Amino acid sequence: MKHSLINARVIDPASGLDGQHDLHLEGGRLVAIGAAPLGFVAEQQQDLTGKWITPAFVDLGAHLRDPGPRYKGSLVSESAAALAGGYATILPRPDTSPVLDSASHVRTLLDRARDVAGVRLAPLGALTQGLEGDLLANMAALKSAGCVALTNLRKPVRDLGVLRRCLEYAHTFDITVVFQAQEATLAGHGCAHEGAIASRLGLAGIPESAETIALTQWLLLIEQTGVRAHVSLLSSARAVALVRDAKARGLDITADVSMAQLHWTDEQLEGFNANFHLEPPLRSSEDRDALRAGVADGTIDAIVSDHLPHEAAAKCAPFAVSEPGMTSLETMLPLGLVLVTAGLISISRLIEALTFSARRFGLEGGRLKEGECCDLAIIDPQCYWTVDSNTLMSAGHNTPLLGMTLSGRVQQVLLGNVSYA
Amino acid sequence: MNLLDLSQASPAARAASPAEVQLDSQGRLRHFLDIEGLSRSILTEILDTADHFRGIGDAEVKKVPLLRGRTVANLFFENSTRTRATFELAAKRLSADVLNLDIKTSSAAKGESLMDTLVNLEAMQADAFVVRHGDSGAAHFIASQITPHVAIINAGDGRHAHPTQAMLDMLTIRRHKGEFANLRVAIVGDILHSRVARSQILALNTLGAAEVRVVAPQTLLPVGIETLGCRVFTELEAGLKDVDVVIMLRLQKERMDGALLPSESEYYRRYGLTRESLAHAHPEAVVMHPGPINRGVEIESAVADGPRSLILDQVTNGIAVRMAVLSMAVSGQMKARAERRSERSRGAGA
Repeated sequence: MKHSLINARVIDPASGLDGQHDLHLEGGRLVAIGAAPLGFVAEQQQDLTGKWITPAFVDLGAHLRDPGPRYKGSLVSESAAALAGGYATILPRPDTSPVLDSASHVRTLLDRARDVAGVRLAPLGALTQGLEGDLLANMAALKSAGCVALTNLRKPVRDLGVLRRCLEYAHTFDITVVFQAQEATLAGHGCAHEGAIASRLGLAGIPESAETIALTQWLLLIEQTGVRAHVSLLSSARAVALVRDAKARGLDITADVSMAQLHWTDEQLEGFNANFHLEPPLRSSEDRDALRAGVADGTIDAIVSDHLPHEAAAKCAPFAVSEPGMTSLETMLPLGLVLVTAGLISISRLIEALTFSARRFGLEGGRLKEGECCDLAIIDPQCYWTVDSNTLMSAGHNTPLLGMTLSGRVQQVLLGNVSYA
Repeated sequence: MNLLDLSQASPAARAASPAEVQLDSQGRLRHFLDIEGLSRSILTEILDTADHFRGIGDAEVKKVPLLRGRTVANLFFENSTRTRATFELAAKRLSADVLNLDIKTSSAAKGESLMDTLVNLEAMQADAFVVRHGDSGAAHFIASQITPHVAIINAGDGRHAHPTQAMLDMLTIRRHKGEFANLRVAIVGDILHSRVARSQILALNTLGAAEVRVVAPQTLLPVGIETLGCRVFTELEAGLKDVDVVIMLRLQKERMDGALLPSESEYYRRYGLTRESLAHAHPEAVVMHPGPINRGVEIESAVADGPRSLILDQVTNGIAVRMAVLSMAVSGQMKARAERRSERSRGAGA
């Protein structure tokens, strides 16, 4: 089918576009930006005056809870949440049940996703068997099965010799390694940023050094092995500085931060609000400001959801024993627009940060280019909407934003020739 | 800079402040969870009420009918001997019916079983829950999210707060030293794991003490503790210099395993309160300890049993303070209940 989207503001930093352009599509491909090609007669024309078109977003690290306990979410519910949030592709975490550490698990997941999920999956596989940090996973097989990168998440690889071998082996097969920096022995049983607020509330703290020591070790081994790496979920100012230095030294490293870390600090823990029990923990306002600056200057490449849906009971407990995480795919755009409105980042920087993973992990999409398969989001920047547990698509309603009115909403996502509104 | 005003979020997604949870719209106590959020006048009211109840312990019949027909449930998710015993006595001296429950939770489904236990007890029409729990914020969680219409009395939550202990200490100090304005108080020992110390620091500040000090090695000091309103000392002699009150904290044996301290004997040499180290304090300084004491670990027997020790006085005052907060919080809940009832009947009449 031939289809034209006219009069929208098209924002695509990857193609250098920001302005009013018409898009002409045929059979799920973008055939022209601007004037329609000779002889192109649209069967359908959508007038999008006042709306924005951006590449559909790509998220690294969302937890889709599938396979795993269904009461926390499923491919069906979390795919719907992703599409509602403007996402075309998700790179889901491997700490499913069972862990994504074998090619057969990956194939099963991708087969099921093709049947029941609308959103595309490009899974992260486990770096070590069972994510236990002792034995190498079958990395090459995971790559062949469709994993776009491997990670051990925050789970420790205690033996640095093993970690070195993991990175060398991944480098051999040209596999990108994703990691989250946390030294388990320093984090202990902590559940909050170590500081005055956690001390007053009597919550066990996670010191900043838990992040920076682990990050330093990883960076040195990345430099030594030459592996391509991406550090996920930075939480402290010093970690941003370490990444900035590593990039200046020429390491092939990129970084992301969760949207929650760009908005909130440990002050939100007052009153023991379990919705703000996150890993890594929300830290100080100086840390948050450095994370914001890191996104603005490009030290931090991507903004990710760190989407972690939970059933109500998981959060209905004293803070330390509540389960960490926030459901967040559906509120990424409006929270990002708040940063834009405040002048902290530009709109094109926001869109670049929300689509970065496509470029870093060699995926289709993340940009609007003539001749390519077209994944795009249509955004109503003027839409005011209230976050409501009756209308959230995610099975998890664990967000501090329930009841809040936000501005900016994804109205429609086009994935090739399939439309989700 | 916070860019989002979360006060617009729905109540379920928001956290209530200690003041919001503990006080009703007229500023009356309805739960007693934390010293934070309570004004000097409320703390003074608790102390005055407790002073009044102290007399009852000396009377022939040690009972008043204030909570007759009310049910107080003691829910201890952690072991305790004296706190539980004094709460039980306090409730019985107020003529309440008392239910004692020792609840050992499986670590697996803690949250759920906690919630289920509480809603079941609420259905049995208990009027107050006295709660001790190993997790910081447990009492706040119960009062704000599970059973807001039952008076919750915090009998210790994790490392966070033990406000009745702090108030019985304040009562003991006030009875021996008078007003707080001129007092210097040193709290010595494992501040890191101590809910007692946190509540004491807040209570002493609210009541206007001249100076609060904490004394411990760095391994037993929480990061940023000075922001609660105290000066930090790592040397005992300097920390005790000229203080009017010395509060010693119990050292748990497990601290040696956690590599926080090398040995009990080294701790005693550096931080144990002996006749010799006590000599650095004001000549009329008094000595307190929330108990149970480890003789020869944090305190010398001769000091614990000596003329300046108020340790047993603290226990007696504990009953009076617990009577005070139980009666105040239950009466706050009763008034709120009556108001809800009359609002409902007005609604029905209209």
